[in-house]
This record gives sequence, C-alpha cells and structure tokens, in this order.
Amino acid sequence: MNVRLYLWQRGTAAVMAPMILVHLAVIFYATHRGLTAADILARTRGSVAWALFYGIFVLAAAIHAAIGVRNVLDEWSPLKGRRAGLAAIGLGTVLLLLGWRAVAAVVAP
Amino acid sequence: MIARRLGYRGEALWLAALVHRLSGIALALFLPFHFLALGLAIEGEARLDGFLRWTERPVVELAESVLVFLLAVHLLGGLRLLLIENFAWRDGQKRLALLAAAISCVVAFAFLADALLRAGP
Amino acid sequence: MADQRSDLTASLWRGGRDGAYASYRVPLRENQTVLDVVTWIQRNLDTTLAYRFACRVGMCGSCAMTVNGRPRWTCRTHVSKVLRGGRIEIGPLRNLPVIKDLVADMRPFFEKWQQAKGAFRPSQTRQDAIAPIRSDSAERLAADAAIQCINCGVCYAACDTVRWNPAYLGPAALNRAWSLVNDVRDAGNAERLAAVAADGGCHSCHAHQSCQEYCPQALNPTASIAGLKRRTAQAFLKGEIKP
Repeated sequence: MNVRLYLWQRGTAAVMAPMILVHLAVIFYATHRGLTAADILARTRGSVAWALFYGIFVLAAAIHAAIGVRNVLDEWSPLKGRRAGLAAIGLGTVLLLLGWRAVAAVVAP
Repeated sequence: MIARRLGYRGEALWLAALVHRLSGIALALFLPFHFLALGLAIEGEARLDGFLRWTERPVVELAESVLVFLLAVHLLGGLRLLLIENFAWRDGQKRLALLAAAISCVVAFAFLADALLRAGP
Repeated sequence: MADQRSDLTASLWRGGRDGAYASYRVPLRENQTVLDVVTWIQRNLDTTLAYRFACRVGMCGSCAMTVNGRPRWTCRTHVSKVLRGGRIEIGPLRNLPVIKDLVADMRPFFEKWQQAKGAFRPSQTRQDAIAPIRSDSAERLAADAAIQCINCGVCYAACDTVRWNPAYLGPAALNRAWSLVNDVRDAGNAERLAAVAADGGCHSCHAHQSCQEYCPQALNPTASIAGLKRRTAQAFLKGEIKP
C-alpha cells in the first residue's frame, strides 16, 4: 500500500459513503413496499439519474474493492506484491463489467 | 511458533479491524452475484420477478439482513478510520467502534423485522 | 486473594528460531517482577539462559519480552499481575529473529528506523543563530507527543501488520519520522515523506492501535501515523513527492 493506492481507496470510500446511505434507503423502500420487478423497472427504465448514480457507484466500488482485496491478498495469502495486484485488477474488472451490465439492464429504456 | 498465544487478539480495536476486513471480503464476494441477479432484467421482467419472489423466503431475508449488517458495519468502521486519518486525534476509539457495531445491528435488525413482519401469517 | 503457593512455574523459550519451551520452578516472592524470575533462573538453575536487560527500573527498554502472549517490559511487570494458575510463559519479542532464548535480534527494527529516515538532518550549522522554537507551537506539541520513544521494540512486536507485511516500516520508525516531520529545524522532510509514502510506509497501517495499547511510554504511534498519512497525501497531491 502506498500513497497512490491509499488516495484512490480512501477517495472512493468518501464518494461511496453518502451513496451507501441512499442505497440503504432504496433497499428499505423497495423491500418494505414489496416492489415487484415491474414496479422497480418502471422507476429505473430510461432514468439518467439512476444510470449516473449507480454507474458511478459501481465504478467506485470496483476500485475500492480491488485495492482492499489487494491488501488482503498481500498480507494474508501466498499471493504477494505484483501478483496480488494482478488478481485485484482481475476482480475489479469483473465487478466493473458485471456492475455496469446490471445498471444497463435496469436503466435501458 | 514461538509465542503460543497472541494474548492481545481479544482487544476491542483489533476485533473491529478484523470485522472491517472480513465484512469487506464478504461484500466483495457477494457483489458479482448481486450484479448477476439484477442483470436478469435483461431477460425480461418475469425473470427478475421470479428471482425477487425467491428472495421473499424467510431464510433469504435473514441472509439479506446479514448483508445489510455487513454493509453498515463496513461503512461505519470505514468512517471511523476516515475520522482518525483526516482529523485531529480523539480518544475513545473503542467506544466509537462499539457504537458502529451497535448501530449496524440495529439497522440490520430493523431490516429483518420489517421483512418478516411484511411476510405475515 | 493471596496466592498460597510458595513457588511458580515459569515456561521459557529455549533455542533459536527452532526450539521449545522449558519449565522452571522458581520461588514466589511477595514483590517480584518477571525480570527477577528470569534472573533467578539464570543464576540458580541454568547459566546457559540468554536474556537482555540493563537498568532494571523501566528507563531503558532493554528487557522487553513476550509475557503470556503480550509484549512488555519485564522489569515493570509484576508477577502477581500476570501469574495464571501459578504459571507464566516468557518468550522473546515477536516479529524479530531470535538470537538465542529470550534475546531477539533488533537489527531489522533499527534498519527500518533508518529506512523511514528517522534521523535528524540539520538545516543550520553551529555558526548560525540558535533557532527559536516555541514550546507551545502546534508542530512542537506534535513532536513532543511522539518524542519519548526509547526504541524498546514493544510496539513492533505487538503490531499485526508488521507480522503480515515484511516490508512494513512499523509503528516506532513511523512515529519517529512524524516527530521529525514536525521539527521545523529539520532539512530532510522531502526525502522522509517520500520514504514513508512508499510501499510498506505509513499507508499500510490499519489502525489496530496495538502499538498504543502496549507502549510502555504511553505513546500513540497510530496518531503519528495518521498525521503522516495526512502530510504525505498533501505532499503527493501538490507534486512535492513522487514515491
């Protein structure tokens, strides 16, 4: 962990903190109201706001999780240094692709 | 192994750091599945709806409330770290860590209670 | 509840990296430190036992060892406080190579001290006027809060991140770097900030605070390291350091 990775990880954490509060509110709202898929998609389809919100959320989460996992691998697993970094980039890429696919799935009109 | 016991492992802040790390790992492993589930919308409303039906089972709601706990405790623990790292030192870190865990439990319990009460008789 | 026993069983690490714990029966006295126990064993039971001490009065930090899993100064640890069922376990400090028995090799500890640029770099000579430093300036207060470190190694032995990450400079080295970063007379801060901003530097700290918990001088390396995180982040964003 160095100052560069640190700033990216703390930075994405700061970006996500308010977003998580919104996401928790969304979770509570959707489950409390018992929203069906139709209800949810009616709200998200064609919405630029949701697209931006969750698009950025996914990007930040992918970066944050990748750096966090990199540290865990480096400290707790036989994968150290560069190899931990490569595995982390792999995870980050998977999260980014699957995440943006999911966002597209619910906001595409 | 030289020292047979790591006597300090039970300290509150060491536990807080462990919970923070484990919750992060759990969330990172959960996310791809979460994204795949939402991606079901690509195959149509019915497909996503079928999945949402499945999540209404009590045992799944229980698992979801655990996830809510993990998210909340990781967020609050992380905020405590951001406070330590960006502002003047304040004592009472053990108390803050305990508070973070307590609030997370309350949030998760509220989610579970709401989910189970909604299911109803 | 007073212990009615007349003696205790001390389990001591014997050997180098490979070895085993050996048991010794030692007379239990009313006022006794763990260092007293170790000394009694070496003088009366086994003169081949190796251990380190100097002042015996909690000033030098030489007698630091692992007692019942926790790193502490043995001259300041009363037996009555740590005795469990008539037994105590004593080993060398963790996270350091073992030379013999209870003696740890402090060289990696001091090498990391140097790596963190833990030495003062003068900006003036004896020909210049004495630098006026106010004892209540923010920087001096920050430096003074961290300056009492006597390099005993207890924090280094207590730190999980040191155990998990061989490159991590450790709480003591970083704490010293912080005290120097706040010394306005020091000329070496560009190098120092770059050194602690690199891999294994201050950003590896997870704030477990074991260092603060165990420091016999009641120092707070976690706070010092947090300060370094702030300073290095600012310096990096301004382009002053490129680690």
